[in-house]
Amino acid sequence: MDLRFSAEELAFREELRGFIRDNLPDDIREKLQLGHKIEKPDLVRWQRILNKKGWAAFNWPKEWGGPGWTPIQRMMFLEEIQTFPAPEVNPFNVTMLGPVLIQFGSDEQKQRFLPRAANLDDWWCQGFSEPGAGSDLAALKTAARREGDHYIVNGQKIWTSTAHMADWCFCLVRTNPQAAKKQEGISFLLIDMKTPGITVRPIISIDGEHHLNEVFFDDVKVPVDMRVYEENKGWDVAKFLLGNERTGIARIGKSKERINFSKQKAKEMRAHGKPLSQDPEFRRRIAALETELKSLEITQLRVLSAQKANERRQDPLTAVLKLKGTELLQATTELAMDVAGPLAMPDWADELEALSNEPELGPVWATEATRGYLFLRAASIYGGTNEIMKNIVSKGVLGL
Amino acid sequence: MDFDLTDEQRLLRDSVDRLLADTYTFEKRKGYSAEPEGWSRALWSRYAELGILGLPFAEEHGGFGGGGIETMLVMEAFGRALAVEPYLTSVVLSGTALRLAGNAALQSELLPQIAQGKLTVAFAHGERQARYDLSDVLTTAKRKGGGWVIDGAKSVVTHGDSAGKLIVSARIGGERDDAAGIALFLVDAQANGVARRAYRLRDGMGAAEISLSGVEVGRDALLSEAGAAYPIIERVAEAGIAATAAEAVGAMETMQKMTLEYLKTRQQFGKPIGENQALQHRATEMFVALEQGRSLAMLAAMMVDEPDAAERQRNIAMVKAGVGQAARFVSQNAVQLHGGIGMTEEYAVGHYFRRCMVIEHSFGDTGYHLSRLAEQVA
Ligand SMILES: Cc1cc2nc3c(=O)[nH]c(=O)nc-3n(C[C@H](O)[C@H](O)[C@H](O)COP(=O)(O)OP(=O)(O)OC[C@H]3O[C@@H](n4cnc5c(N)ncnc54)[C@H](O)[C@@H]3O)c2cc1C
Repeated sequence: MDLRFSAEELAFREELRGFIRDNLPDDIREKLQLGHKIEKPDLVRWQRILNKKGWAAFNWPKEWGGPGWTPIQRMMFLEEIQTFPAPEVNPFNVTMLGPVLIQFGSDEQKQRFLPRAANLDDWWCQGFSEPGAGSDLAALKTAARREGDHYIVNGQKIWTSTAHMADWCFCLVRTNPQAAKKQEGISFLLIDMKTPGITVRPIISIDGEHHLNEVFFDDVKVPVDMRVYEENKGWDVAKFLLGNERTGIARIGKSKERINFSKQKAKEMRAHGKPLSQDPEFRRRIAALETELKSLEITQLRVLSAQKANERRQDPLTAVLKLKGTELLQATTELAMDVAGPLAMPDWADELEALSNEPELGPVWATEATRGYLFLRAASIYGGTNEIMKNIVSKGVLGL
Repeated sequence: MDFDLTDEQRLLRDSVDRLLADTYTFEKRKGYSAEPEGWSRALWSRYAELGILGLPFAEEHGGFGGGGIETMLVMEAFGRALAVEPYLTSVVLSGTALRLAGNAALQSELLPQIAQGKLTVAFAHGERQARYDLSDVLTTAKRKGGGWVIDGAKSVVTHGDSAGKLIVSARIGGERDDAAGIALFLVDAQANGVARRAYRLRDGMGAAEISLSGVEVGRDALLSEAGAAYPIIERVAEAGIAATAAEAVGAMETMQKMTLEYLKTRQQFGKPIGENQALQHRATEMFVALEQGRSLAMLAAMMVDEPDAAERQRNIAMVKAGVGQAARFVSQNAVQLHGGIGMTEEYAVGHYFRRCMVIEHSFGDTGYHLSRLAEQVA
């Protein structure tokens, strides 16, 4: 047992750091350092810079435009991006769709979609959940009826993140309503969001933002060759996708960044007549979070070192990463909000421009810290809730 | 010892509940929020008719001489309904300041107007640099002629956007944290030199950043002199803690109720999600937190007028820390157990969640009060 990284690994980390430092556009860096919001054009710009270097599709093999990294290298990449902080790559394109197409897609699908997904030429969204099918995803009803070379899709998806800015959607649809088991009648389709019959309706979330949508399908024609893998075998693809978030699932870098950010800001804020950074209760809270984060970091390294590159075996410890990772992400965003004190209360991000003579609003970081806290309440809901994860562990791992 | 309400108190609670049941559906609340000031003047008049706007004031000022328990009952009802009117700021905070400052002329001028719903007064004390430190006041008041000139800025003044008058703390002596140098003034919100920038808090309530530049007020605007003012400011914050503890309990009650309802009706895997023992236990933990929080809100109501300052402050600090933890647990789990729908603007739970979040960041958060209590551990 040895905790130290090899000289090559350390050199690799330096290379990552250097590249981010030298190539992240100043305006984006500044926005992130100040804790401001990042918009789609910024994300596209940065992902293209990474892609030019061959790093955007960080978890793909070389053959399909990825860097062919080891699990440790992928972990380092995510951690450096998150702690710097720089924007993260689009998860729908890179961690969800890419590996699915590489594993299950036809050659045509790979050639057509993978390069564009890596370069964020197409923005993908995930059409899995439905009003009646959340935790019980296999209960989904959106129907795809075969007519010659096409499927005719009818139904509704919900909670579809970024559907309003997406070019394409990967969807689970029911192709065989008569199947004996509900998991057996599902297929995985790639749907062009410009196809007639698709309506996207916004859902505003508790952070006041528009991330989520309802997506309605009304006689939407989807060519049969947009199906990934076999008909009625879509559940295998979905399981692969959901279980595939091994690297980086814990978002340890993001939690670290929130702690660093809080420590910095705590020097400017105060409590009981001194800087908040000197308040014993605050320091105890940081120490407790850092302790938990340290253990999770080591757990993540255990998972990674047990994994050989490209070997796909579910390690029960990934459940620890998901559960503890989301809990710490929520605890650290909560911390960042709490640092702001009363300044955490205002919702003034959209009205910062003052007319002359008007009192200034701000700081922006405070209102954004709260926004982050509010949105990340969903971290224990999206991608499968933490309760469902615990069910899986207690049955599948603990044998209860 | 007695935890029962008197007949009058029960009557008060029932009549407030009845009024709010008619006027505060979630849909109607959206309507009030959408009004320019973010709350309903029409509803405010109905509160006046009911007598609750003068609840804590003396009868000679058009009030009912109510105490901490009465305020608790009203605030709990407001919490259940998620009311958006400036009751906390105008009746509880400013009302407490006016009552305790004992400036008879200002009392008989202002309290009846507040009780009748004709005037709302905001408590403009917090400053951007202060975070939760009550003595951190940089705004100054300097003598000029027989009166004063006030300069400075007040931050996150709840309902300061719509208030007719402001109670402003300003330093007439001493340095940054010197509590003894702070005085309280009454300032007309329309006075020359007062600039207000209105915005909404995360819970939809109105608030303002207020700058005061060369604001001239007369001798009679001095509500409380340096030396006397700071203990009043502390009492105002304590009254705020007691009132919002009750409000948070009301909000927790509604979240708990909505969550239980959802657990019984939402189906996944062919059965109500509430049949899963994991969620039954979570709901039970929410119930435990709610009842612990309720006990603390009661403690606050009984302690808020306690004459022994050290005893009162210690208890109120425990209330703030304990209710903060309870409300965070209940509101986070209310969202969690609703899944996606709990994360949305169109569903009520998220609004209760944010009200509790705002309450937690008012008058010192959990960590702030725990650290205060920790220092006093003997
Ligand atoms: C911000 C956000 C972004 C999202 N983005 C997407 C997206 O892009 N694409 C997409 O397809 N979906 C997305 N989702 C949907 C997400 O995957 C679902 O919300 C999630 O699977 C839960 O489903 P549900 O909301 O229907 O809750 P439900 O399944 O109704 O669950 C409600 C509560 O019951 C609990 N529960 C349910 N069953 C059990 C059980 N058997 N045992 C114990 N507890 C149980 C849950 O844990 C939860 O607490 C997103 C959700 C959010 C909040």
